[in-house]
Amino acid sequence: MSDLSSTVLPGNASAPPLTFYDTAESHPPNGTLLGFWVYLMSDCLIFACLFAVYGVLGREYAGGPTGAQVLELPAVAVNTSLLLLSSITYGFAVLEMQRDRQRPMMLWLTITGLLGAGFITLELREFAHLISIGAGPQRSAFLSSFFTLVGTHGLHVTCGIIWLIVLMTQVAKKGLIPANKRRLMCLSMFWHFLDVVWVGVFSFVYLMGVLP
Amino acid sequence: MLAHPDLTKLIFGRLTLDALPLHVPIVLGTFAVVALGGLVLLGAITYFKLWGYLWREWFTSIDHKKIGIMYMILGFVMLLRGFADAIMMRAQQAISFGDNAGYLPPEHYDQIFTAHGVIMIFFVAMPMVTGMMNFVMPLQIGARDVAFPFLNNFSFWMTVAGAMLVMASLFIGEFARTGWLAYPPLSDIASSPDAGVDYYIWALQIAGVGTLLSGINLLVTIVKMRAPGMTLMKMPVFTWTALCTNVLIVAAFPVLTAVLALLALDRYAGTNFFTTELGGNAMMYVNLIWIWGHPEVYILVLPVFGIFSEVTATFSRKPLFGYTSMVYATVVITVLSYLVWLHHFFTMGSGASVNSFFGITTMIISIPTGAKIFNWLFTMYRGRVEFEVPMMWTVAFMVTFVIGGMTGVLLAVPPADFSLHNSLFLIAHFHNVIIGGVLFGLFAGITYWFPKAFGFKLDPFWGKCAFWFWVVGFYFAFMPLYLLGLMGVTRRLSHFTDPALQIWFQLAAFGALLILLGIACMIIQFAVSIRRREALRDVTGDPWNGRTLEWSTSSPPPKYNFAFTPLVHDHDAWWMMKKYHYRRPLDGFVPIHMPMNTGAGIILAGLSFVFGFAMIWYMWPLAIVSFAGILVVAIAHTFNYHRDYYLSADEVRRVEASRTELLASHV
Repeated sequence: MSDLSSTVLPGNASAPPLTFYDTAESHPPNGTLLGFWVYLMSDCLIFACLFAVYGVLGREYAGGPTGAQVLELPAVAVNTSLLLLSSITYGFAVLEMQRDRQRPMMLWLTITGLLGAGFITLELREFAHLISIGAGPQRSAFLSSFFTLVGTHGLHVTCGIIWLIVLMTQVAKKGLIPANKRRLMCLSMFWHFLDVVWVGVFSFVYLMGVLP
Repeated sequence: MLAHPDLTKLIFGRLTLDALPLHVPIVLGTFAVVALGGLVLLGAITYFKLWGYLWREWFTSIDHKKIGIMYMILGFVMLLRGFADAIMMRAQQAISFGDNAGYLPPEHYDQIFTAHGVIMIFFVAMPMVTGMMNFVMPLQIGARDVAFPFLNNFSFWMTVAGAMLVMASLFIGEFARTGWLAYPPLSDIASSPDAGVDYYIWALQIAGVGTLLSGINLLVTIVKMRAPGMTLMKMPVFTWTALCTNVLIVAAFPVLTAVLALLALDRYAGTNFFTTELGGNAMMYVNLIWIWGHPEVYILVLPVFGIFSEVTATFSRKPLFGYTSMVYATVVITVLSYLVWLHHFFTMGSGASVNSFFGITTMIISIPTGAKIFNWLFTMYRGRVEFEVPMMWTVAFMVTFVIGGMTGVLLAVPPADFSLHNSLFLIAHFHNVIIGGVLFGLFAGITYWFPKAFGFKLDPFWGKCAFWFWVVGFYFAFMPLYLLGLMGVTRRLSHFTDPALQIWFQLAAFGALLILLGIACMIIQFAVSIRRREALRDVTGDPWNGRTLEWSTSSPPPKYNFAFTPLVHDHDAWWMMKKYHYRRPLDGFVPIHMPMNTGAGIILAGLSFVFGFAMIWYMWPLAIVSFAGILVVAIAHTFNYHRDYYLSADEVRRVEASRTELLASHV
């Protein structure tokens, strides 16, 4: 703060001089991470609504299948493991990023993407199975809210995978420049956020759903 | 085409020539006028070779000031459309008694009241409030732009795309006939199979993306980019209200997105969220949409409270009375706005205890609001009040808004609400607070900050004409509705049988006519002001002897806003600078880091419009192509790393020197 121009107020010698502008070039702090975090919270509200809707409609079977009848916990356990593991591998990627080691970081990102793709594949298989046995989203309010909540999460993971691929291309082209590091941190938040949401889905929809 | 009906259906979906209103003379006439006006406008732009200028300087601009101005223009244009709907309804209700069926068939009338509500809230009030925050707030906090300049441009164009979908519904197909919140089961596919509700859904979803992103953007701007020394409790009150508003936007709009997505799933995918069979629950829609809807009214009114605070302090020549209490009142309203949504449907039958809870929380909101009113009154008390046009709007607001607030407290009493629910009393109440609060505030703000945006004041004579027509017109138009509501007349009726009611509707129609004159005066005011701009010119940048930082820079501000970042020591920063005989810096300029214009926002929004239109009309191939287009353009945009540049110190010196010259020549 040494090179502040001073505009001394006249006729008041006792007061310290007041300055009204900063002559140095000022760089406001970058707000991207805060902005992205705020976006995630707004996204979280969308999930909150879908959870609330599931809370209201989750037992409205309308004479159709119940959660206990159609939800298969073993498959979901595998699914959950894949997603939780992918969060850990993304964490490893960020550690490598902070050490500026691009190749191992890309490797971890690739593993993360593959785990995510595995999660989506299993989820789509579950959906296809449900629809094939006549438990599609049109069958009852329970199934509407189930498909929408789980599907919205799956859609987010899909977007995350697309984003991951785009970002890996950008890192390959430009290297670990600050802009790319910032983007990797945003995607990291997004990925972990989806993990947290899935913990909610797993507990609230699957574990509680199979209760009689 | 006729040879391949399947192909036609694939490409055009359910859109056929029948969707054009060739058999409705009113719409056809409107279309002719709009098309003619549009052609003249486009022709003029082409003739004067303005396309390049508009594209470079406005459409692709990421300057928060220009985006703010474009938001205001959008809001004003849509105000004309929304008001046209209003005056058509007033005319219909004034004549449609007994044997006279009026001039609007019911299915047309139903579209008009739906479109009126949707347009006025989403495409008049929202753009204007956002535009006001966009223009003023960064200047008030001493920032050079918002946190995410590209996102700002994108948000604006998404709002435009939504507005264009609503406008398209006037001429292609029809708009929703459901009322502005599209309650199911009426809005379900079984009851509303045509494209109207789909226009509603996609217009709001597309505009909602813009609103949400702009909320995040402005929120981060206020949190991160305030000038050094401007702690939270030294922010101007308008910035405080903008902060709270953007918190509300971020915390409320996702709910609207979610609930409209569920309604869309019900309509498109055959799910059963809000249906009357297979376990659906329509009241869940009503709950969810009001969880967004009630904060929404505070999203509109809080920034306006901020405008009144700035205007009152400036024209009373006093610091705002009770700054701290004003801030806390704003924050309390922000929190409470989430705890009152059920008062919109006391009649749902949720029981006495639930209704009491929401009735009481609703009444509690009037306490911080009342505190604000007293703060403004005490600011005026013993001030040297100057009744410039913005101050006139402020006084009219205080009187009008208190009436609206009191009828609101009346409606918050559940037993009273049971008889007044959905009556014209309710209509009068919310117009009383939205016109008397939001619109009056926006008009005060427009008059107050117009010289900052353009360098000359608005003509006060026509401003006063507009003021009197609007205020008197408002009372004529809505006081009769209170009486009619108390007599039991419900809303959204297009025909009446009791002739004793007619006089009140005629009075209301007269009021609408006065408001029409008020709007005409505003248009004349703009025209006259532009013509007389040399006489109305302000070269000081501080025409009202203002108090906050936006008045410390030139009018219009240079694109970098401030040559040097201001340092803030107290609230009313500019007032203090003037008190301490601040002198403008004349040299020592350094290069300024600036964001670069981009066309990505308008292109993405254009594709979103096409996507929305395709979804509305079931044109699946077009929908897929346009959605893929959105993805490709968005991803391609992220490959552009070259987004900023440095404005050279020489350029800054040149701009500042020309201002020095201008100031010297007008001493």
